[in-house]
Amino acid sequence: MSTSVEPRGWAKAALHVNGWFVYMFFYAPIVLLVIYSFSNSRNVGTWGGFTLDWYRDFFDSSNARGALSNSVKIAIFSTIISVALGTMAALSLERFTFRGKKVFDALLYLPIIIPDVTMAVMMLLFFGEFFDVLDALFGLGLRKGFWSISISHIAFNISFVSVVVRARLAGMDTDLEEAAIDLYASRWKAFRYVTFPQIVPGIAGGALLAMTLSLDDVVITQFVAGPGWTTLPVYVFGLIRKGVTPLINAVSVTMLVVSMLLVVLSIVAQRVRRSG
Amino acid sequence: MKTVVKTDTETATATPEFEKAALRQESRRGLFLALPAYLYLIFFFVISLFIVFIYSFATRNRFGGTDLSGWNLDSYARISEPIVRDVLFRSIWLAFLTTVICLVIAYPFAYFLSTRRVAVRNIMLVFVMIPFWTNFLVRNFAWRVILGNNGPLTNATEFVGLGSAELLFTQTAVVLGLVYGYLPFMILPLYAAIERIDRRLLEASRDLYGTGFQSFRHVLFPLSMPGVIAGSILVFVPSLGAYVTPEILGGAKTTLLGSYIVTQFLTARNWPFGAALSFVLMLVMLVTTIVYFRKGGRTL
Repeated sequence: MSTSVEPRGWAKAALHVNGWFVYMFFYAPIVLLVIYSFSNSRNVGTWGGFTLDWYRDFFDSSNARGALSNSVKIAIFSTIISVALGTMAALSLERFTFRGKKVFDALLYLPIIIPDVTMAVMMLLFFGEFFDVLDALFGLGLRKGFWSISISHIAFNISFVSVVVRARLAGMDTDLEEAAIDLYASRWKAFRYVTFPQIVPGIAGGALLAMTLSLDDVVITQFVAGPGWTTLPVYVFGLIRKGVTPLINAVSVTMLVVSMLLVVLSIVAQRVRRSG
Repeated sequence: MKTVVKTDTETATATPEFEKAALRQESRRGLFLALPAYLYLIFFFVISLFIVFIYSFATRNRFGGTDLSGWNLDSYARISEPIVRDVLFRSIWLAFLTTVICLVIAYPFAYFLSTRRVAVRNIMLVFVMIPFWTNFLVRNFAWRVILGNNGPLTNATEFVGLGSAELLFTQTAVVLGLVYGYLPFMILPLYAAIERIDRRLLEASRDLYGTGFQSFRHVLFPLSMPGVIAGSILVFVPSLGAYVTPEILGGAKTTLLGSYIVTQFLTARNWPFGAALSFVLMLVMLVTTIVYFRKGGRTL
């Protein structure tokens, strides 16, 4: 009696067509961008023969190289800090009960759902009011630029790291941890030798996500970067607004390759997560 | 006899005391682990949000600075001005349009995905994730190249004889860019919701002579509602606050809320007004999300 629920006829065809359309829609622009970055024409969307000049221009430009190195430094620094804080936060939420836990849990969602622009405004006003205070308190000699950008990136990355690590912790059997404790392992040893090896894929996934988000951010960075400090996305964004040149194609493709590499790495990490 | 009773009561109370102390220690450990992130969030989200709130009542002085005295509601009153209202309604309309288009494309796609074999499905999901992770700015710029003068699209439409399609710097271009940017945010929660649905319910519906459409309307769609809502929030909220996309693909007539707020800070130098607008934007988003969670949604 049972009827097949699989769509048949035109419905099935429509589903297939829509599927292909979605992938076309996702990838055609990216492919075209890559193709035109090799085009020897001053006009960004016109094919004028193959050239690598735009890439050479990009690597020759000291502004672009400076922005790239700033981006990389900030991404690495903010990822390290947010992975440490985010993992600790995830552990505290998944394995402990403490006062104010619910508030903490809710606060962690805030950076994920707050619109970029609002967060940029928050950071701008915050640094306007508090940079001097922080300076006086810790004597770090903080200046707008590396520190303000990194601090902002850490602020949103902690949440993303903790979400990814928590997912891993939640899906994990606690039996092994309990067994270790029963066998007189200290809390630290149980973490170091039992929990930590199991959540490494989650931490790696979180770290790659944090790095991607840091390398992606335009609005917040633009608001908190002081004069003379720029990251690659902010630099590119400025170029686009001044007028589109094929140089931007080359920079964009370079950024694309970097983020694709990070995605592939993260997918490998996810694979380990599933089998591990 | 007396001593025995005494020790009995002692042990009876000693165990809970001991357990309480252990619990307290556990609680301290948990708080200790959470503390750095906790303080960080309080500093940069609670206090800074409060600063934005304070600024929204301040006054802009003649030099473009902000006087933190003479509190007033002027910045909020300005929201009803025609120019601001236009920006607000346009943002809401375009964000709504983006959400609906994403839903229409993503729903059949998510369903299609859920009917594939697991191995095929995983590969298909990976190829949805890649654009989701690649640089947002670059993905918007790609459309600038495609839609530009003498770009591939105008060449194609001229070739087919449709004339040159001049989409760049229009609202259509902005919606296209937003759909392109946020489509994965719709696909992933929809897929998560649809994949969880028990197929036998659909079979039962068909067995009871429901048509394909009736099964969709009364079984599949209601059951996938959490995914529909989660996806819609994930697309609507960032679209409403979009800044990069309208800056790259839009023109002077397509100013959206996000760009408008940025202008208040970086060029118009009216910080109190910008602060008021950002606060309103955040409130809209917060209320939407809380309503969603209250209704028992889980897939965010």
